[in-house]
Formats: sequence, C-alpha cells, structure tokens
Amino acid sequence: MYIIIVGGGRLGYYLARTLLDEQHEVLIIEKDASTVQSIVNEMGSVCIKGDGCETAVLAEAGTNRADIFISVTGDDEDNLVACQVAKYKFNVPRTIARVRNPKHEMLFKKLGIDVTVSSTSIILEHIKHEVPTNPLMHLLSIKEKGLEIVEIKIQPDAKTVGKAIKDLTLPPESILALIIHRDTNPTAPSPATVLQAEDQIIAITRPDNEALLRSALTGN
Amino acid sequence: MKIIIMGCGRVGAQLAILLDKENHEVITLDLNVDSFRRLPPEFKGNALLGNGLDEDILIKAGIEKADAFIAVTQGDNRNIMAAQIAKHIFCVPKVICRIYDPLRRDLYSMLGLEALSPTTIFAQMLKEKLES
Repeated sequence: MYIIIVGGGRLGYYLARTLLDEQHEVLIIEKDASTVQSIVNEMGSVCIKGDGCETAVLAEAGTNRADIFISVTGDDEDNLVACQVAKYKFNVPRTIARVRNPKHEMLFKKLGIDVTVSSTSIILEHIKHEVPTNPLMHLLSIKEKGLEIVEIKIQPDAKTVGKAIKDLTLPPESILALIIHRDTNPTAPSPATVLQAEDQIIAITRPDNEALLRSALTGN
Repeated sequence: MKIIIMGCGRVGAQLAILLDKENHEVITLDLNVDSFRRLPPEFKGNALLGNGLDEDILIKAGIEKADAFIAVTQGDNRNIMAAQIAKHIFCVPKVICRIYDPLRRDLYSMLGLEALSPTTIFAQMLKEKLES
C-alpha cells in the first residue's frame, strides 16, 4: 500500500519506520528542512520538504494514488485541513488524523475524516488505569457500532465479591465477555460464576451505560 | 446583529470598529491580549481572550446565539477549522473566513464554506489599477 504521512516528528518518524518494516511504500511530508535531512539520512528518500496542506505539495507527493493518508502534526487545525484536502481534492479512500484536543474528535468525524486518534485521551486513559481508585478502563472503542470494550477490576472491599453474576443487575446492551482471576486461567463467565476479589472483567457496553455497569459490578 | 470576530489583527479590529459604529453587538476573540490595543476606547463591544478553536470559549463568546461568525486570524487552517466549527457544530447562519492560499480557498468554497482570498482579490485590484 502507498501511505502518506504528514509530520515528521517523533510520531511520524516511528510510524514510518513501522510501516516500512511491513513493506509498505511510505512518504513523509515535513515542513522543517533539518528534520527532513535527518530522516533522509537515516531512512533514504522517504521524506520530502513541504506543507502537507498545500495542493501543489500533495500533487507532487502523488496523493491521488495514496491508499491511506495520515496526518500527525502537533496542530489539530493542520491535521484537519491536510486530511480534508487529501480526501476531497485527491479522493484518498482512508484518512487518519491525530487530534490533540479530545473535544475535536466529534468535529473531525463530522467533517469527513475517517479515523481520529486522540493522543491526549489515550495517555489519560493509561494514567487513570494506574490510579487505583478508578476501577474502569477503556480498552477499545468500536466507534461505528457505538460500543466500548472496557475492563473493570473488582476491589477486595467491593460489595459484589462472593456474588454470582446472575444476582447482579447489569444495564441493557452490556455483555461480560471474560473474567481474569488472580490465580486461575481466564474464563468466559456463566450466570453461576462468582466474583472474587482482584478479578478483572472484560465487558462490552455502550458509553451511556458505563457508569451503570461499573456500579453493578463494584456495588458502588 | 450579534457578530463574533475571531482574530483581532488589523483586519479583525478594523471590521469590529466598523460594525460597532453601526451598533451591532460585536465580540472579538484573540489569543494575544496585546491585539486588543487596536480597539479604541470608545469601542462598545466585547474583547475575549481565548482560543477560537475551543468550543467552550466559543460558547462563552455567545456563539449559540450569534448571527454571524468571521474568522480572520493569521493562520489559514485555523480560520478554516473555526469556520467549520461555527457552521457545522453551532449552525451560525452566516460564516465567512479568510484563506490566503487561493487553491485552498477554491477547495473550501467547493465544500460550501464562504471564504475570501485576499491574495486573489488584491492581485486583481492591483492589475485593475495598472490598467486604469
């Protein structure tokens, strides 16, 4: 596949290396001349200097034959415009934008960007997981279906320890997919499965029902 | 009319003053507090410090009840993004933005944004002056 990356910063650099390892054809578009030089010195001619929002630069990069267009600069407005130009001027089938401000994710979707990745949300989620007071962590969101895959950890003092799953009131459209016990192998839960302290539960739910699911499983 | 102007540079401030004189309700937005020095003491409108790409700031500026939104910051992409937020998220009836790059302006006009390119307009004006 031919993949164009706008932004040769740390993210663009490692992304390009990963994609090159997977045998894809990759081109980075970067504004800063010295960054371009250091990428070219290391990886060969996979980087051109230019503004990834400019039609002329994108034409030179052969954007009309790109399969995927990824914009990972540090500015949301630049990522939005680069992806829109790629999509609406060059008909790239798949555009992916990095979003710094999580509030912009909805907007980007609405404006036609196929995939948005909010680096801030991802880092936040990982840090939150390490704070022991928050038992629920988002693992993956299936945006097209409006579903979330989440992990809930049962604290030793949770009111639900020792209760069977059939005795819990789970919110609608929520499914418990997997229980990972502290000492034994992961199991697919049945209605008779009894919750134990330190259990990690992988569940599928809708974002609106998240709080209900958490309180159903932790008793708080 | 209630009009929000994003970017209080020379053009933004000039426009704010003109509209204010015609007794419109004008709110100017800028990232830099120094920009508001361009507004004269008799300016009756509001000056709000903040990022016009931030929905919370836009709500604070009263975008939900605005009749018009004008994006005239120095960055083409900032103007394009702000104009799209105003048009598609807040459904402001009249949205206009400045895009210096003529090619980008053409694309966004095609996508339904009301956009002006000072580059094209001024070049055209100069040419007409030469010919007159």
